[in-house]
Amino acid sequence: MIWRREKEPIGPLDYHRRTSLRAIFLLTIVFLYGPILTLVAFSFNDSRRNIVWNGFTLKYYERALENDELILAFANSLTIAVITTVVATILGAMVAVMLWRFRFPGKPGYEGLMALPIVVPEICMGVAMLAFFSRIGWPSDMVWPFNLAAITIAHISFSFPFAAMVIRARLANFNREQEESARDLGASEWQTFRDILIPYMKPGLIAGGMLAFTLSLDDFVITFFTSGPNTVTFPVKVYSMVRFSVTPEVNAASTVLIVITVVVTALAMRMQQKSEKKD
Amino acid sequence: MNDAKPIISINNVTKRFGGAVTAVDNVNLEIESGEFFALLGPSGCGKTTLLRMIAGFEIPSEGQILIDGQDMAGVEPNRRPINMVFQSYAVFPHMSVLDNVAYGLKVTGVGGRERRQRAEEALELVKLGGYGGRMPDQLSGGQRQRVALARALVKRPKVLLLDEPLSALDAKLREAMQLELVRLQETVGITFIIVTHDQSEALSMANRIAVMQGGLVQQVAAPSELYEFPNNRFVADFIGKTNLFEGKVIGLEGRELLVEVAGIGQLRLPHAEAASGEVGIAVRPEKLRLHDSRPQNEQISFKGTVIEVAYYGETSSIFIADPAGHTLLTNIQNTARDTAPRVKVGDELWCSWNPEDTLVLDS
Repeated sequence: MIWRREKEPIGPLDYHRRTSLRAIFLLTIVFLYGPILTLVAFSFNDSRRNIVWNGFTLKYYERALENDELILAFANSLTIAVITTVVATILGAMVAVMLWRFRFPGKPGYEGLMALPIVVPEICMGVAMLAFFSRIGWPSDMVWPFNLAAITIAHISFSFPFAAMVIRARLANFNREQEESARDLGASEWQTFRDILIPYMKPGLIAGGMLAFTLSLDDFVITFFTSGPNTVTFPVKVYSMVRFSVTPEVNAASTVLIVITVVVTALAMRMQQKSEKKD
Repeated sequence: MNDAKPIISINNVTKRFGGAVTAVDNVNLEIESGEFFALLGPSGCGKTTLLRMIAGFEIPSEGQILIDGQDMAGVEPNRRPINMVFQSYAVFPHMSVLDNVAYGLKVTGVGGRERRQRAEEALELVKLGGYGGRMPDQLSGGQRQRVALARALVKRPKVLLLDEPLSALDAKLREAMQLELVRLQETVGITFIIVTHDQSEALSMANRIAVMQGGLVQQVAAPSELYEFPNNRFVADFIGKTNLFEGKVIGLEGRELLVEVAGIGQLRLPHAEAASGEVGIAVRPEKLRLHDSRPQNEQISFKGTVIEVAYYGETSSIFIADPAGHTLLTNIQNTARDTAPRVKVGDELWCSWNPEDTLVLDS
């Protein structure tokens, strides 16, 4: 069967049957996932150095779990990411709805301003945040979790434009007759927003929130400038550990992070598919 | 019906967009209770804008709209005693069919049991009983339209507005739906106002039709009156098909108008009103008769050449050039079972019509 299929002439759209494209595909996969797979594999390696395979072990996972500083950094990162997700999604949705629905003077300028954090280099954002927080004398010695406020504010401000973009793209296809229909059937403006527009935006809200979550969770540059000695996040902590040596402990912690991100993304995509199927 | 007060009065309503475009221009209309009324016109004629002003989605620049005697100025769409079926049907995709139909009752605080009962009754009315649990993506286009109808009717509105309700359906379903809408309107007794660009739709369904063009109402009349006695050239041309000649009035003799038409000659036409100068002379295709030889006892007749025959199955359209080179259209019924055409291109035939079937259009 397979041989007979191969004998058939390759059509102009049968890209997957061309040798050159197959080779490119293979190389892409290797470059994308090779390093990650190595990282995961060596987190189980029974050796201090990440060079040769010495046998399977879970002890670096144990050690990572016992490392209080690492756990605190992890908890910090998750706390910041969760708060950022919620606030950035709400802010992003508000901006998206406003830009989609209303016409007002200076709208193109406003739109540009909203998209600016997406294009401004992260390093500049980081420096700007640092300068801003020190200029206004933001207190750096509050108790947990309030000491994370500066980082959280920074994260929200760079991630909500992404959420707004995703939600607005969703809104662009909204059939306004649905909104008018709800009004016609007796719904107030608020009821229409709650019953018709929010359910419609749901896939956008999920996607936007997911984007904000991952952006916040693995941000290094901006966080580095806004974090103090007591507010180390996971990426910043990993960086400082790597400065001494890349131990399997770092691999183990990174693997846990990868698993969390993949699971959250998969869940969010499933939710999104479910609600998109209804259109 | 004439002594009843109108359910909708549109008084001197004008709608301008952005100062430059006048979509609706000083329209006056009265729609009686229980009527099936059609707003008919080509796209961009202002019919949809007028409908949206009745629904409350557009605010008139000038003038007044009364629904059941009440001025609608400042009344939000959700507070008007009317409901609308949208062109896209606008069925809410995230709600079941029953929830869609019950939505209008839910937001106005109709309680659980009554709401459910009324929604199910409305679904029965549009022949969708038992579909309540389905989601809109499991329905066909025609079924979604029925959901939109049930959703509007469940509110028991005084007027139901329909915006091009049949345009998205295929030809067969559209015809069936025309009959069904008429039946439905007779059952519920609610005033229906339908917006359409399809004249056959309007003619077959409505009691009265307002023909609109360029924001103006050209004529308001019953379908047969509109077809046989159009007010002006636009209406004559837009409703059905017509053969239009330009003529010059020579004089008036008693109740007959003498008109000179190039290529055909002098016509004596019964016409009550005086007219002068250039007039339009129109004849409907089915009023035109074809003869093999010169007809006797016909006041209007002339010889023409067949230039085109279009075969439609039950009928054929015949295009004939008259001596002055006008192209005339007439139809013949293909009554005999025969593949050889009764009329061929190049045939020379005599055309005639009765003077009383002639329309004289002075505007």
